[in-house]
Amino acid sequence: MAFLHVPNVNLKGLSASVPKIILENKQYSGFHPGEADDIIRAIGVERRRIADHNVCTSDLCYHAAEKLINDLNWAKSEIDCLVLVTQTPDYLLPATSCLLQNRLGLKEEIFTLDISLGCSGWVYGLQVISSLLSHGSMKKGLLMVGDTQLKFCSPEDKSTYPLFGDAGAVTALEFDEKSSGFRFHAATDGSGFQAIIIPDGGFRNQVSLSSFEMVEIKPGIRRNKLQVILDGMNVFSFSLSRAPESINKLSDKFGIDLQQVDYFIFHQANLFMNERIRKKLKLSVEKVPYSLRNFGNTGAPSIPLTMISEIGHDLQSQKRNIVASGFGVGLSWGSVQFFTDNIVCSEMIEI
Amino acid sequence: MGTDEFVQNFADQFDDTDKSEFSVKTRFRDIEEWSSLRALMIIAMVDEVYKVKMDGDDIIKSNTIEDIYNIVKSRL
Repeated sequence: MAFLHVPNVNLKGLSASVPKIILENKQYSGFHPGEADDIIRAIGVERRRIADHNVCTSDLCYHAAEKLINDLNWAKSEIDCLVLVTQTPDYLLPATSCLLQNRLGLKEEIFTLDISLGCSGWVYGLQVISSLLSHGSMKKGLLMVGDTQLKFCSPEDKSTYPLFGDAGAVTALEFDEKSSGFRFHAATDGSGFQAIIIPDGGFRNQVSLSSFEMVEIKPGIRRNKLQVILDGMNVFSFSLSRAPESINKLSDKFGIDLQQVDYFIFHQANLFMNERIRKKLKLSVEKVPYSLRNFGNTGAPSIPLTMISEIGHDLQSQKRNIVASGFGVGLSWGSVQFFTDNIVCSEMIEI
Repeated sequence: MGTDEFVQNFADQFDDTDKSEFSVKTRFRDIEEWSSLRALMIIAMVDEVYKVKMDGDDIIKSNTIEDIYNIVKSRL
């Protein structure tokens, strides 16, 4: 069983950045006449942010990181590790975390790593970076999560384009012998790899002329093979069973009383799915914040983005007991429980 | 689980369609209100009421409410 307790690490701060261009779903031209309101109500996404062609994952993460380092009064020379979770890297190679080390002016004596995960990515990234810091040799680290997913969505695909948004987020972590740290559950089912996939452009199906051919899958869904396919029904079925199960396993394994948890932060998939998960776990509305309405499904950054945009003021002034859960592309899922104590939540940046 | 109860639970996922239009033989794709969202609501209803996991392929290969009933029954 993939459980892990990582002691001696504290979450010190969060920051997030979003592109300044706003797309209003009411104005999306891909809906049939009359269906816009129903779909917007069901997915819970009224608007989202889209990165300009010259804004990439590293740009979103760079600005969020500069802000957070400044707000924490950290010296850049103290940062020993940088983990980036993204599925929209700036280049196929090199790793975007290397670019960020240089652009942020971090020292050469630093561990950097890119992780390719989406909706579950913040939980997995946290697991990796906290494990690095837990030993005490490395003292401070930055977990960056960023995605510019709209770059891989077809504007003529109403099953993806109105749902996704672009964002970046940075989580600061520090070695602290007094901290109880993080408790994790992680799981994978690669048999569902086709549920969310970009078929071409990797090395299995390299880019060819046919990759660019626009094909009508059904009315309202037209895309090419360099654009994402989302099998909504199978992802829904997967999430509805696996997300609650993961949280219950976490609770059983580590003796976490879910009644004592202040906030449950779920990956922001879509409102219909998230509400079903919330009700299945019998959680009250106040404990389950959503950033979907204004930012959509932002992939890996959706959990920290929600913490900043919806409960940031509270996290800055209180001690809180948090459970977070990510689930999706892979298929990959996981949950984590931890405490926050008057953390720094930087004001959200627009780029 | 009886068929009447299942048809009732199936019909409850629709807003505007008259309940009398639903029977085991109903071809659900012919219902005007049928949509991909409605399919998700059926998957959620089956999960909640019968604790049975259905996926997209189960919906795709089914035509009538009875087809879905039989899938659920086989997994109870």
